Amino acid sequence: MTALSLRGMRSGYGDCPVVQGVSVEVPDGGWLAIVGPNGAGKSTVLKTVAGLLAAQGEVLIGGRPRLPRKQLARIVGYAPQDPAIPVGLTVTDYVLLGRTPHLGLLARESRHDLSIVEEVLARLDLAPLAGRRIDLLSGGERQRAVLARVLAQRASLLLLDEPTTGLDLGHAQALLELIDRLRREDGITVVSTLHDLTFAAQYADQLLMLDHGTAVAAGAPAEVLTTEALTRYYGASAEVRETSRGELAVLPVRPGSGANPAGADAPPGGTATSGR
Amino acid sequence: MPDTRTRLRAPVLAGGLLVLVAVLLCAVLAGASDLGWQRVLAEIWAQVTGGQSPLSAREAAIVWQLRVPRVLLASIVGAALAVSGATFQGVFRNPLADPYLLGAAAGAGLAATLVVVLAPAVTGWVVGPLPPAAFAGALGGVGLSWLVGRSAGGSTSTLLLAGVAVASFLTAIQTFAQQLDTQTIRQVYTWMLGGLNVTGWRQVAIAVPYVAVAAVVLCLSARLLDVLALGDAEAASLGLRPGRIRLVVLAAASLATAAAVSVSGLIGFVGIVVPHVVRMLAGSSYRVVIPLSLIGGAAFLVLADQLARTIMPGELPLGVVTAFTGAPFFAWILRSSRRRLS
Repeated sequence: MTALSLRGMRSGYGDCPVVQGVSVEVPDGGWLAIVGPNGAGKSTVLKTVAGLLAAQGEVLIGGRPRLPRKQLARIVGYAPQDPAIPVGLTVTDYVLLGRTPHLGLLARESRHDLSIVEEVLARLDLAPLAGRRIDLLSGGERQRAVLARVLAQRASLLLLDEPTTGLDLGHAQALLELIDRLRREDGITVVSTLHDLTFAAQYADQLLMLDHGTAVAAGAPAEVLTTEALTRYYGASAEVRETSRGELAVLPVRPGSGANPAGADAPPGGTATSGR
Repeated sequence: MPDTRTRLRAPVLAGGLLVLVAVLLCAVLAGASDLGWQRVLAEIWAQVTGGQSPLSAREAAIVWQLRVPRVLLASIVGAALAVSGATFQGVFRNPLADPYLLGAAAGAGLAATLVVVLAPAVTGWVVGPLPPAAFAGALGGVGLSWLVGRSAGGSTSTLLLAGVAVASFLTAIQTFAQQLDTQTIRQVYTWMLGGLNVTGWRQVAIAVPYVAVAAVVLCLSARLLDVLALGDAEAASLGLRPGRIRLVVLAAASLATAAAVSVSGLIGFVGIVVPHVVRMLAGSSYRVVIPLSLIGGAAFLVLADQLARTIMPGELPLGVVTAFTGAPFFAWILRSSRRRLS
């Protein structure tokens, strides 16, 4: 089954398209990372799939187009890059808000909703923090609480906009491992933007690279992340290497320091294209 | 597993209601004319049990036709302003929002001024032209802000700015109308400062339905206000329509505000002070803030009105009392919220 398929999707704010011609298929249980330089339209793609922006072209979720908002919210969970953290709510209060799509407009949460929240909190090691005020948590704990809220939604497609924002290397890695574990255990599909290309290469099984709102490359990480693409779209000077364990890693190198010592796929001359 | 939700727990609700009843009772027992609190208590007991009243007919009329409606009106106005303030703070995600933010005060002030200036001699009205005019003015001000805000995109920040623009525009007209007729300045000024000094059961009957409807709507919407605190994008991603929810809860809060303004003029600070005290004591979830603001606002305004009636010979304007006690508290909130942000 295809969890998400975009065909010639175009969307933006008002009459001004930010992304256009985006086509990608994400199978059930897959992890698509959307990468690209700042302002390329990564978040716009996520917001469009989340139903927050009107789209032209096809957006199929579980094979179905244009789901009503509430039904969509039961399938698709969305965590923005900079989620608003309400002051004074406990972690449990906050995660319970994720049950909203399953409740009547004026209904209250049942015992069942609360047990789902307790289960999610236990799973993300948040149980000891359940009664703490969410606005007083550390950055890493907060990101886990946001993830818990999305999981309490019981959505099968998670849209995570830069889930590692503001996290140090260790905490970012722990969060991504956690997401990957949930994906493997529950068969959840993940679509995330990730500005860290090494993380994108190591966790996603498929990358979509955007530049100026159009898809410029798509496929397995090794196909998308080339030195040439990094130079061309990011204006960056970097090497794509394999670690000792066979994983890809993107290493920045100081530009203009003579010959590019990178491997086989360096462009001849290695001059960075200006214009970004 | 311990309950880690913020909930309105039964002892807290019971305690709040007990305090409110005690405050109401105290306010009825003590008043400007000294009937003796024991005798008033005996009168109330006699009314409840059908026994012999110790009061004369005139004294009983003071209790039942003056004190009781006045105390009830104070509690209704206080509850309305506090719950509206809590709602505005939730919708605008701004701790300093109050029920007058969207032009309710300016609209009511303009309408009241126009009535006083243009139709001073109208008599024979059921309730006098001032309350309905103020009611319509308050709703008109909010409606105008809503229309302007929506035409500018409809986000909370444009709505807020539209409120500022509409309020200053209406206040400008109000000032101009006032200047045209300086003899009525005192009358307009007295109304603006707020007060419950002309009170009977009629005003209670006018205000109750609006405030009751608003209270029910807002109590039912408490969980939705918590979701709105996540911001529009996340609320929409949870399957809600934040714009519609905002419209409904702001309409309910404005209805309560307009009803309060129409019977009591402009009473400041209740809408800011009470919800913040509730948050500090009982938690920030709107399931707690909304019901406890109703109770706390009622108790606070009854107490403030009691001060206004008895602290000096004659009567202090109620708006002066609430501002005098509320303003220092407000400054303190500002200081502590700055500390929290920095």
